[in-house]
Amino acid sequence: MSRREVRLAGTGGQGLILAGLILAEAALSEGHHTVQTQAYGPQSRGGASKAEVIIDLQEIDYPHVAHPGVVLAMSQEACDLYHGDLDPAGVLVADTTFVHRLPEVPQRLVAEPITRRVLQEVGRAIVANISALGLVVALTGVVSRESLTRAVRERAPHGTVELNLAALKLGFRLAEGKEPVAWS
Amino acid sequence: MRLLQGNEACAEGALYAGCRFFAGYPITPSSEIAEHLARRMPQVGGTFVQMEDEIASLAACIGASLTGVKAMTATSGPGFSLKQEHIGFAAMAEVPCVVVDAQRAGPSTGMPTSPAQGDVQQARWGTHGDHPVVVYSPWSVQETFELTVRAFNVAETLRVPVILLLDEVVAHMREGVELPAPGRMPVLERSRPTGDPAAYRSYACAPGEDVPPMADFGAGFRMAVTGLTHDESGFPSGRPAVADALVRRLAGKVERRVGELAAVDGRYLEDAQIVLISFGCTARAGLRAVRLARERGLPVGLLRLIGLWPFPDRAVAELAGRVRGMLVAEMNLGQVRREVERAARGACPVAGHHRVDGELMNPEELLAALEVLA
Repeated sequence: MSRREVRLAGTGGQGLILAGLILAEAALSEGHHTVQTQAYGPQSRGGASKAEVIIDLQEIDYPHVAHPGVVLAMSQEACDLYHGDLDPAGVLVADTTFVHRLPEVPQRLVAEPITRRVLQEVGRAIVANISALGLVVALTGVVSRESLTRAVRERAPHGTVELNLAALKLGFRLAEGKEPVAWS
Repeated sequence: MRLLQGNEACAEGALYAGCRFFAGYPITPSSEIAEHLARRMPQVGGTFVQMEDEIASLAACIGASLTGVKAMTATSGPGFSLKQEHIGFAAMAEVPCVVVDAQRAGPSTGMPTSPAQGDVQQARWGTHGDHPVVVYSPWSVQETFELTVRAFNVAETLRVPVILLLDEVVAHMREGVELPAPGRMPVLERSRPTGDPAAYRSYACAPGEDVPPMADFGAGFRMAVTGLTHDESGFPSGRPAVADALVRRLAGKVERRVGELAAVDGRYLEDAQIVLISFGCTARAGLRAVRLARERGLPVGLLRLIGLWPFPDRAVAELAGRVRGMLVAEMNLGQVRREVERAARGACPVAGHHRVDGELMNPEELLAALEVLA
């Protein structure tokens, strides 16, 4: 496996940095090298925020994402700001609960009302980050579903494991019938 | 293998090294060090104090260290400015301590969540007077752990303040870390007096030595500690010969050990004609740029500075004598480039690539700069 770059972007408070951390822990558990970084404004809630994860079999030199193979956008601002450097063969995953103006991109676009589906089927919007991560992983195969499930189980706050696992399953389900991403 | 943030690895490194006192005042991007130690210190019987400001934080560390406890504080640029007064006191009174500065874009309050490497010269010369200081700058989470342990070892054995210069990228990124089992990495202790407490003189060195044994305050030894120029008893003295001997001994403690204190990492240097010199987060972009250059057949290598002070003059001078040119990449306007120019003594051209916009350099821009030199 060569270098894989993943960007999870949205609004501070949506739990995307936690999602990045869980993805990195899953990658680490598979014996891969991984770097997780984050960018955020001065506010911990409300501003555009992103978490990035690089996964590689080799030692990772440059720690920032240059051309992500997948960008998850969970807010309009994050979608507008963070899809420009998407790899030509990459995929933009937009949560249409928040992203109403989809950008015209030559790359593949997966539009799903992730947070709305989470509210309807799991009942708590707070775990939408986990559903979104499940969708991204099911689409891209950057880590296995099994190691992601383990990482979610280990990271979920006490008493919320079942809720988070339900959200994760929903995320996997959202990927059903969708072509998996072919990495270059 | 655990996924840890640079700041968490720093905190864990401190605990591994035996640090049992942390005093600090939170500031981005260093706050996770305090957060982590607030949780961990009580678990290991240590003390965590959130102080009223950065000045008091280092003052508290100095007090703790004088009683025999290994101590650390952590901050970022604005707080590092405030700590300078006490860094000077720690250097003069020879109180071991570790000061972490997770650099962010400055000057002043600058951009709190953006990286920079603008505190290199401040780490060396931020406090007044000729004084010893040792500075390390890690480029990975693993190395942050290891250099924190090393920082304590140097601080304790030389009785100097040691500064760990992180940057926002290294402080906040998460990577897999192998935490060594106890005993795997050396953990060194300060030398303590063993003789008659009544005969103890706070700053008297054994013959041939330049680091005086340090008693724990409260252990029965009479200690005199001051920031004023002092003689071997620790009491102030205005005699020129005393001042001269003291300042030269303090500076000499570090200068004489430059060989063991300075640390560099070389990659692809054997046949290199062009050398990229960098440190901290920028060296990560640098290594990628060097690899890209090698793929294009350019004879480029990387000299990464792990220790910034004392400056690795010899490593730079040796390379300068056998390469066609050097490029210094750093997130400031030339703080290390000027040192490289000084150390190279004109043996080869030295160029600089500098960024101060709060964005980590990308490998492509460094590759372009290397291609110009090649």
